[in-house]
This record gives sequence, C-alpha cells and structure tokens, in this order.
Amino acid sequence: MTLKNALKTSVRGLRTNRSRSLLTILGIVIGITAIILVMSLGQGAQNLILGQIQSMGSKTIAIAPGRHPTGISDSLSTFTDSLKNKDVEDLQKKSNVPHLSRIMPIVFGSETATRGNKIHQTTIFGVNNFFAEIYNIYPEQGRLFTDEEIASKAGVVIIGSKAKEELFDSDEEALGQKIKVKSQSLRIVGVLPKKGQFSFISFDDALIVPYTTAQQYIFGIKYYNRVVVEADSEQNVDRTVEDIKTTIRNNHNITDPNKDDFFIETQAQAMDMVSTILNVLTLFLAAIAAISLVVGGVGIMNIMLVSVTERTHEIGLRKAIGATEKNILTQFLLEAILLTLIGGIVGIILGASFSFLASIILTKFAGLNWGFTFPISAALLGLGVSAGVGLIFGIYPARQAAQKDPIEALRYE
Amino acid sequence: MKLIEVKDLEKVYQDGEVKTPALQGVSFGIEKGEFVAIMGPSGSGKSTLLHILGFLDHSTKGEYRFEGKTINDYSKNELAQIRNKKMGFVFQMFNLLSRTTVLENVKLPLIYSDIKESLWNEISLKAIEQVGLSHRVNYETSQLSGGEKQRVAIARALVNEPSIIFADEPTGNLDSKSGGQIMEIIEALNDKGQTIILITHETYTAEYSQRIIKLRDGAIESDERVLERKHTHKDHFVK
Repeated sequence: MTLKNALKTSVRGLRTNRSRSLLTILGIVIGITAIILVMSLGQGAQNLILGQIQSMGSKTIAIAPGRHPTGISDSLSTFTDSLKNKDVEDLQKKSNVPHLSRIMPIVFGSETATRGNKIHQTTIFGVNNFFAEIYNIYPEQGRLFTDEEIASKAGVVIIGSKAKEELFDSDEEALGQKIKVKSQSLRIVGVLPKKGQFSFISFDDALIVPYTTAQQYIFGIKYYNRVVVEADSEQNVDRTVEDIKTTIRNNHNITDPNKDDFFIETQAQAMDMVSTILNVLTLFLAAIAAISLVVGGVGIMNIMLVSVTERTHEIGLRKAIGATEKNILTQFLLEAILLTLIGGIVGIILGASFSFLASIILTKFAGLNWGFTFPISAALLGLGVSAGVGLIFGIYPARQAAQKDPIEALRYE
Repeated sequence: MKLIEVKDLEKVYQDGEVKTPALQGVSFGIEKGEFVAIMGPSGSGKSTLLHILGFLDHSTKGEYRFEGKTINDYSKNELAQIRNKKMGFVFQMFNLLSRTTVLENVKLPLIYSDIKESLWNEISLKAIEQVGLSHRVNYETSQLSGGEKQRVAIARALVNEPSIIFADEPTGNLDSKSGGQIMEIIEALNDKGQTIILITHETYTAEYSQRIIKLRDGAIESDERVLERKHTHKDHFVK
C-alpha cells in the first residue's frame, strides 16, 4: 500500500466522523495557539526592549562600583564607594582614555519630595545633561541644566510628569516653583513629558538634579553610583573599556584584575543579558502552555481508542481482504497524526492572529511601539510538536487496532 | 493437485480452564472449479472451518494444504497477501464501509494489492458490472437495499480475481427474492469456473452446489454429490 493511499484511507476515516474529529483536535488547537502566542509575544517584547536599549546608543559603557554580583544576596555585599571624583577626572584625560567623547557620573536614591502639605515618594537621579540624549527624553516645558548650574551645585530640578501631578494641582504652573527634598530647596527648571508605565525606563516618577547637587546636598556622599562613558565610535568601545580599566586600576592601586572594585557593562552585554532572560522566560511560559498539549494528546488517545472499538468490523474486514497489521497500524497512526497536524495548523493561525491583535492593542492603547513578529521557528516547533503528539498518543490505539483478531473483529456486533 | 486439502483438522477453543472442541478430525479435498456447500446446525463447527480455510484462524491440530503448500509455511504477512490475491470473502452481514460509495468499497482489496493504481477503476467497474450494479456505482452503500449490498460484497470478493470465494451465509439476512438473485450470481460465477465454498444452514440454498459437506459436532456427518442441482431459472426463487 502506498503512502498516498494510506493517507487517502485515513482522511476518509476522519471525514466519516467529521464533528467528532473537530472536537478531538480542540485540545491541540488550544495548546498550539498558546505556544505560538507566547513565543510571538515573547519575541515582540524582546524586540521592543532591545530596541530601547539600542536607542541608548551602542557606544555607551557603564561603570559600576564593586564587583559583579553573583546573586541577589550578593548584591548588597558588593556595594562599595569605590568610584570617586578623581576617577571621573582621570577618565576625562585624553592621555588615559583617548576615545572617550562624553562622561556622565550618576548618583541615585530614594527620597521624599515635599511642597507645602503635598508629599511624593520619588527616585532622585543626579546626572548631567548627557542623560537626556541617552534616554531620549527632553523637557516638554523649560530646559536642561546649564554648565554653570552643574559646576555650582545649584538647587535646580527637572521633574517627571507624575511627580508634577503629585506635587501640583492640575491647573498649577510648575516651572519656576520650588519643592523641597530633605532640607534642600530645589527650583523647577524643566518638566519631562509622560512616557507611560510600559516604557522600559520611566522618569515619570523621578526628580532629575545635577549630580553635584545630589552628591553634596541630598545624599551627602563623595562617590558615584554609576559612571556612564560614551566612546567616540562603536569600533572603539572595546579599546575604551580596556583604557577605563587601566585608568581606574591605576587610581585604585589594583594589580590583580580579580580584585577589581568596579565592573564594566557595555550595551552589548546588557542586550545579551536581557535577551537571555527573556528567552528563558518565553521558554518557561511556552513549557506551561505545552502542558495543555499533553491533555490534548490524552484526549486524542481516548477518542482514537473509542474509534478503534467502534470500527472493529471495518478492521476485521480490512484484514480479511488482505490488510497486514502494518497497514492497519499505519492507517490509524496516520489518522491520529493528521488530526493533531490539522489542530497544529489551526493553532498556529489562531496564535499568530491573536498575537497580531495584541500588537495592535499594545500599540494603540499602551502607546508602545510594539511590532508584530511571527517567529518561523515557533511555527515549525508548533507543527513538529503537534505531529509528535499525534505519533505518541496515536501509537497505542493504532497498535490495538492492528492486533485485532480478524475473526473476533468480524463477529463483533 | 487439489486446491484445498485438509487432513484430521482439529480446533479446540480454550477459555481459561474450559476447553471447547469445535472441530474434531475433519478431512476432505476441494478441486479447482468446485462449488461446495458446507452445512450444519449452529455450533457444528462450520464457521470455524471456514475461518481456518480462509486463513483467518489456525487449526489446533491436523494439516491444511492450500495449492499444495502447508499453511504453516506462511508468515502472517504472506497469509494476508494470499487472502488478498487468492481469496474472496462474502459475509452474512455484508461488512461494507458505511458512508462510502459502491466503487470505493469494491476497490478496497486493490488498495492492499500490488496492482497498479491506474487499473483500479477499470477492474472495479468490471466486477460491479458482473453483479449487475453498474447503475449504482456512485451510490453510498447506505442507500442500497440488502440484496444490493450483498452484490457489492460479491463484487468486492471478485475484484482480485481470486482462486476461491468463501461465502458465509450470504443469503442469511435477505428476503427470498434478493437471496435468489445472490444465488444466481454465485451460480453464474461457478459456471465460469470460479471455485466457491458456501456456508449455509438452509438445504434449499445448499442444493445449488455440486457437493454438500454436512457437519455435526465438529465432525463430517456426510459428504455427498448433489444429484439434482437447483438452478436459479427454474426454482422457487422469483427472478
């Protein structure tokens, strides 16, 4: 018997029980839909976040104090005050780091901002004007800081849109007004536009002040939490990283690189890390969705067993007129695989459609630049998995059919 | 060489401790072109005998030679092949595929044969013509009368041009008119040289054959030539 005729026979078998066949594949349809949806959305999220990281510039290099934390409990012990003003000054010297184009020290921390009887719990970022370019956010009212304000540790602040809502009535003008953080009075020189809570990095809640001001008057510290450096070109990033390491090690009298009291992260590393995390997350969710496939597979096995019993006569007849056990096994196995494959294809179409809908909704209502992506790998996986489910859960009923005694099968009423 | 030769055939069904003998030492031979009826009351072992002769079952003891070769020499797959190429089956319950056309039903044995697919339609249509159902080729079997269904079954048995046709109570589920038509077809096939083994418990059906083997309690009670054969055109069946 040729495969073509075996297929024809199986298709006919499925057709005679059309509504039952459709109900049977429902479990597979749902399972594959879920997997495709998760994988497609996961890919979309990854593209979105990586896009945002990339928009910060592939030339930026972040220097953090301490060593690379090895775990959550480790991150506290790695906290140090190793990044000092001298490091920033030395890094700026052309003789030390020739390809450095810009540098931004960052200090940050949680504080409470007050204005009259209004209170707002906020995150304070001490930065310079470079932040606006990196995070692509510019004041919609007012301006950035002047060099003079940064140098003189002036009490000026750029506030996020949400912080403004918390501290001011809706019709109040914020620009030029004063708010208080600790005992320091800060004059508002700029208001940031609303970015939306789905954005990767949000300054909606935050207060932005010159790093000099934040260091001295708000946190009272002499070190930096981060230093961000931009290389003059992408090709020079690796070289610049090495130059930075040499400079800081010299400053800190470190000879053994294993004893570094700072670590460096480039944009490429950050992207690697984020995509690794998102991949793991996507796989995890897809694995949960795959459980429904097992349930669907058991459903298929159940129905196939019923079908085999119901068609005992047919099996007996086929054997009597010359079908071998292999012929019968092939017929029922193909029926199971066809069922799950059809379920898989429907699931892929549904999953892709839902993902497309989700991308429209996320773009329209959440204000995200969410592009619809349909990973071919997910579709192939879906097809492979559904065929596999058919094979695994179809083999038992098919064997039962193949091993039926033709006499018993013909006698069966 | 006889087409079929059995010697001291025994069959015992075993269900746990209980042994039920169905055949106890049956011996006979059937020549090519013969039309033999096997008769007996229910429980006499005639169905068991037919199943063994048709390679659907094995005897417990004794020898069965088909075309001179002992059945034990064949593997399971070879038995299936011989059933497909050399045997045709007609059952009391028709055993047609439902929701399937006459043509597809008749074609069924060809799927399992090594005959070229391009010839299937032609061969099947010829078999359907032989049983007089050419006007029903594309009907679904559920739309047919009992007699027509059995004619489809006969066409299906014929389609591989078998050496022998086994008919197990082919008229058992039919009214006398349809039954007569079926016997007419079977008789006509035999006239053309087709070997036929017919199982029946009705004497008037058995008398169309050339020879009647009567079974009782798993043994041959008698094996006699039919002296006055019935013929469809002059018997009590209305044509």
